[in-house]
Amino acid sequence: MLPGNVGRAMLGPFADQRAVDILNHEMGTDRPLLVQYGDWISRFAVGDLGKSYAYRAPVAPFLLTAIENSAKLALVAFLLVVPLGIFGGVIAALYRGQPADRTISVVGLSATIVPEFVSGIVLILVFGVWLRWFPISAAFPADAGILTQVYYLLLPSFPLVLILFGYIARMARAGMIEALDADYTRTAILKGLPQRVVIVRHVLRNALLPTISVIATQTVYLIGGLVVIEILFHYQGIGSLIYTAGTKKDFPMLQAGVMTIGVLFTLATLFADLLYASLNPRIRFGERE
Amino acid sequence: MSDASQASADGGESRPLAYLRRDARRVLGSAAFVVGFCIVLFWVGCALFGRALVPYDPFADDMLNALAPPDAEHWFGTDQLGRDVFSRVIAGARDILTVAPLATIMSTVLGTALGLAMGYFGGLVDEILSRLVDAVLALPTVVVALLALTALGTSTVTVLVVIGFTFAPIIARTVRASVLAERGLDYVAAAELRRESRLYILFVEILPNVTGPILVEATVRLGYAIFTVATLSFIGFGIQPPSPDWGLSISSNYGLIGGGYWWTVLFDSLAIASLVIGVNLMADGIQSTLDD
Repeated sequence: MLPGNVGRAMLGPFADQRAVDILNHEMGTDRPLLVQYGDWISRFAVGDLGKSYAYRAPVAPFLLTAIENSAKLALVAFLLVVPLGIFGGVIAALYRGQPADRTISVVGLSATIVPEFVSGIVLILVFGVWLRWFPISAAFPADAGILTQVYYLLLPSFPLVLILFGYIARMARAGMIEALDADYTRTAILKGLPQRVVIVRHVLRNALLPTISVIATQTVYLIGGLVVIEILFHYQGIGSLIYTAGTKKDFPMLQAGVMTIGVLFTLATLFADLLYASLNPRIRFGERE
Repeated sequence: MSDASQASADGGESRPLAYLRRDARRVLGSAAFVVGFCIVLFWVGCALFGRALVPYDPFADDMLNALAPPDAEHWFGTDQLGRDVFSRVIAGARDILTVAPLATIMSTVLGTALGLAMGYFGGLVDEILSRLVDAVLALPTVVVALLALTALGTSTVTVLVVIGFTFAPIIARTVRASVLAERGLDYVAAAELRRESRLYILFVEILPNVTGPILVEATVRLGYAIFTVATLSFIGFGIQPPSPDWGLSISSNYGLIGGGYWWTVLFDSLAIASLVIGVNLMADGIQSTLDD
């Protein structure tokens, strides 16, 4: 539930006050805020998201399509960035303090802070307009097969990859360094295991645990990034849905969209905790003793 | 350490000042900080004096000369209204460099106060404030801002308040962690035994000892504040026309990108990228100095 005069916001500053009052009464937005909120949250809980003001149709179908589209884009970005970020972090840790490490850290940190639409514009110019390798819109044809869809989604996912790479690489690097310095690693080396086996079996396993939880908490930033990327690449996802709802003052759509994002984030955090626990024997067995 | 005692011994200079000078020398010795500082200084100069120095009026239309590619006359070309892109990029530094630092100051003051209270009082105060912090962090800033600006109408003040409030919890968490490390130390116990007031202990005893982490966090947040203001301007909820703001210019010109009018968006993009990277390098320089 949002503060502000809904009827006024929809009809604009020059509308007749009586028209504003009538609209507010029809939509129930002249009732006390707490009543409105109670009404809305109890319906949200049973899956009734209300009707869109702009489309005069139920919100839910729009929302579901949007989530599906955004999930595709996010999936492509994740499939690219997770291996890349972990690889970058592992390389940085293995060459700690050397130029490779410094380069990965500085480039990663810098990429993390550049807004998605800025890197998006530069990527569109280079790969879409000059080299013509990728389409400059993410809206793939309706009958596109999975490969075509991925092809359309590659360029939009790059800015998200740039944002997330630094975080994941930094966590992976920190985890790796801690594991490399641990006693069990020294034992493994001293008992004569080849370096590759030590790293894969002893170091990586321990190093990647914190990385997993960071990846899951990054979903919230990913969703923030989706708003911008979906606008820039003309893609119908949850980000562009709440953006359009915002510009059209479509409050039911906006609320449902934002609430969904909140729920998704909470689920992602819960999933990360469970995954972390199931992968980490110290937590898995710790409680039962 | 020896630096400081020497300074107070021969110059009669107070110890905190000596520490400050030592830290400043170290920070200035960091290459990352100096490079970042120069970039930021350049843009601050543009924000202050840019409008007086640019070759063309950044607001003057010249429809006959619209969308001209870069040449000797217009170094960065002209946009769809024929305005000189170079002049607009230089002049465009002002609004973002006003809003973002103000928002950062707001969130730093608020976050520091919250973090001090959470770390020092602990218990129920900490518990309640921590849950509030979690709630704010559950939504991306851009989404919170979109929600608030739709409901309250677009205005610079709303942008300031939204960024101030959504960034404060992050700073509060950092400050809380530093305060937790300090509150068990003897000087705090001594102040408590002297029956100093809680406000005195928080702001006069503890605060000066946690300024390092706060400074680093504030610089990092400044980078993200620029990030957020630019993003909001790009989606039309931030700085409003006819400002030559970078995010806003990109927003009104990126539709032309397929037609090959790259100069209308590229230079604004590079300006934003250089500013945020500059701030980030400064934060990195300060951070690594404090770590040593």
